[in-house]
Amino acid sequence: MAATTSSSSASVQPPAQRAPAAPGAPRTDTSGRPGHGRSAAWFLAPFVILYVLFIIGPAIYGVIISFFDTSMVRSGLGSFAGFRNYGEALSSADFWSSLWHTILFTLLTTPPLVVLALLFALLAERMKRGRWFYRLAFFLPYVLPSAVVALIWIWLYTPVLGLLSTIVTTFGFSEPNWLGDPNWAMVSLAITTVWWTLGFNFVLYLAGLQEIPRDLYEASAMDGAGPWQQVWRITLPMLARTTTLVIVLQIIASLKVFDQMYIMTSGGPNFSTRSVLEYIYDVGFTDMRTGYAAAASTLFFIVVLIVSAVWLYMTRRQEQEL
Amino acid sequence: MNGPPIHEFRSTRRTLLRGVLAGAGLAGAATLYGCSSPIGAGLANTELDPGAVDYWNLFGGGDGVRMQQMEDGYRKAFPKTSLQAVTLAWGNPYYTKLSLATVGGKPPNVAVSHLTRMKTLQAADLLQELHPDDLARHGMSADNFNKRAWEAGLVDGKIYAIPLDTHPWVLFYNTKICGDAGLLDSDGKLKPFEGEDGFVDALEKIKKVTGQFGATHGINADSASCWRFFQTLYSQLGGEVLADNGTKVVLDDAKAKQVLTFMRSLTVEKKLLPSAVDYQGAIALFVNGQAGFHLNGEWEITTMQTAKLPFSMTLVPNVYGGASNYAVQADSHTLVLPKQRGQDRAKLDLSLGFIKSMLDQSLTWAEGGHVPAWQPFATSEEYKKLTPQSNYAAAADAAVYDPPGWYSGSGSNFENVMGASIGGVEAGLLSIDAAIAQIHSKLSVLAETPSPV
Repeated sequence: MAATTSSSSASVQPPAQRAPAAPGAPRTDTSGRPGHGRSAAWFLAPFVILYVLFIIGPAIYGVIISFFDTSMVRSGLGSFAGFRNYGEALSSADFWSSLWHTILFTLLTTPPLVVLALLFALLAERMKRGRWFYRLAFFLPYVLPSAVVALIWIWLYTPVLGLLSTIVTTFGFSEPNWLGDPNWAMVSLAITTVWWTLGFNFVLYLAGLQEIPRDLYEASAMDGAGPWQQVWRITLPMLARTTTLVIVLQIIASLKVFDQMYIMTSGGPNFSTRSVLEYIYDVGFTDMRTGYAAAASTLFFIVVLIVSAVWLYMTRRQEQEL
Repeated sequence: MNGPPIHEFRSTRRTLLRGVLAGAGLAGAATLYGCSSPIGAGLANTELDPGAVDYWNLFGGGDGVRMQQMEDGYRKAFPKTSLQAVTLAWGNPYYTKLSLATVGGKPPNVAVSHLTRMKTLQAADLLQELHPDDLARHGMSADNFNKRAWEAGLVDGKIYAIPLDTHPWVLFYNTKICGDAGLLDSDGKLKPFEGEDGFVDALEKIKKVTGQFGATHGINADSASCWRFFQTLYSQLGGEVLADNGTKVVLDDAKAKQVLTFMRSLTVEKKLLPSAVDYQGAIALFVNGQAGFHLNGEWEITTMQTAKLPFSMTLVPNVYGGASNYAVQADSHTLVLPKQRGQDRAKLDLSLGFIKSMLDQSLTWAEGGHVPAWQPFATSEEYKKLTPQSNYAAAADAAVYDPPGWYSGSGSNFENVMGASIGGVEAGLLSIDAAIAQIHSKLSVLAETPSPV
């Protein structure tokens, strides 16, 4: 008894009044907390150096060369082009169509990857036995490298000989030209991507589901809520943060798509699945015009920044509401 | 109860970190010490191994196996020289790496290059000029090579590449199916046919036997095959696509329409060829006996041989060429010497010696299906006895290369643009007029863009 009262009185010290730092003690930073400024900087140094050398530096260099007619096979910056590369990119039908293809891919993949991941996470959460198996099964495709996934699905989509064609024709439908029809190719790539990356969102949702306190469900059950109402009124609102995270990550990852197009369709058929990054690769590496490619990359970077800024603003508002 | 205090070894975090750092330091020092190791050489910016031959190629599949045999042949003949051979993916990834390596000052000694791409590399000032007296020292001279391939590789009369072969588009045919269809002569070889009607007739006879298709070639995600088929027929009509080093588009719309109409009739209307199959699928259909003909490059001979298919090969049918205008799309593999830092006579001799060794092993390379450019072998009895490879040797003299231009060549955007439009027509997804319009609009953009080399 006596111990608790003395400790409670000892803890009631106003935080602002603190003894000035004794020599040798860690310096406090401006918020009053003890800081480890110097040693923290040393620990961060290796990462910061590599980050500046390999990410910040080349990004700045990329913006610089976008104003020149830099060529891949000639050293140096090339002749000054001003905004001509940007003008060419903005007036190029190929650039705009590749941007549209990327947005179409994002629209095709993001809703399924969010909704299906949530659905499967909810179902997996309800399994009493063998939960580990379902988690493994849904997450395993995510572990595969993109080239392996692409090769598997190329064979699945092969006309006449492929597994999917055989299944479809057995059911009596005529097989669509999965990767060779401009109307189907993007859908086929989207199906491949959903199968591949569902696992990651699935795991995020599982983690989010486990953070919801059980007593909320029990309390609602006592008040007569059915399972559907529980999902709609408790689970989904409590998962709002996770959903926002999943959507943002998904959109940004979809905008950066390259591997599936490059390996499975080479941007075809007739350039109908060429994404922005593949367009940049084509003009920068195949055509050897790195200056123009850098201009297209900078424009794409601005698009991604805008998308990120929109979501940043929306999550800020969300956090304020919470 | 308790024994005497035991001095335990306390593995604290600090001692662990110290140990790891010391171990890493030792390992790092050991790697750097050997400057001939890749890491050491990279950091110290020295050469990996001055006495070795660095050789880059883009041969995978059947070609890759043959090239490895030839590399082993070189190692046996020259046991004291070490050969470091690297195989990279076919197409623009290979040329990207080769260009960047040369610009960055760390190119291989010898590299493979398609003849159609070698001109762009030369224009970018990445290749060494080869002098006739250096070549003569190693037993090579202009008349030792196939005339067409040699002259196509000259730039202003200067030599920059040594042709290894010509690899044309050819016709594979299943001897059993064709025999059942009545297309073989008494020697078991394909009876020659000409003109559109001759070709269609043969295909229809085969389709009756197989019940599925007459012939196959890659269409989906395969702009190269579509372009090669079109270019063969279009050149037989005498048409050209680009002029003035790629700065002018001279596509003859009438001839192109004629060829595209014929190609479309084969796939979409008469269904003699599948309209939607990729490169591997086309081979698989042929190997499975669902088609009697297969149009592809001769390099797939090893694939057919491995599948133990009863087959033979011959020239692509002369549909429009008539008596004097036979043409077939082809390219040549050449060996080039990228510009080196500090090139001296010893290095040059090493590289040229390697090239000569490759030429001497033309038999192995010809077994892989290619038509050798090295005349001492190409005119020999050995090659003539090599069937079915020697069946289409005449293609080397009728070879039509891709038009010169900075954006043209094997695996270039020119082939992508052409192949996309042609493939669209063959798949029945693009009308012929729309395809021709698309070719004009996309090629004119490329033609007007100033060359980056």
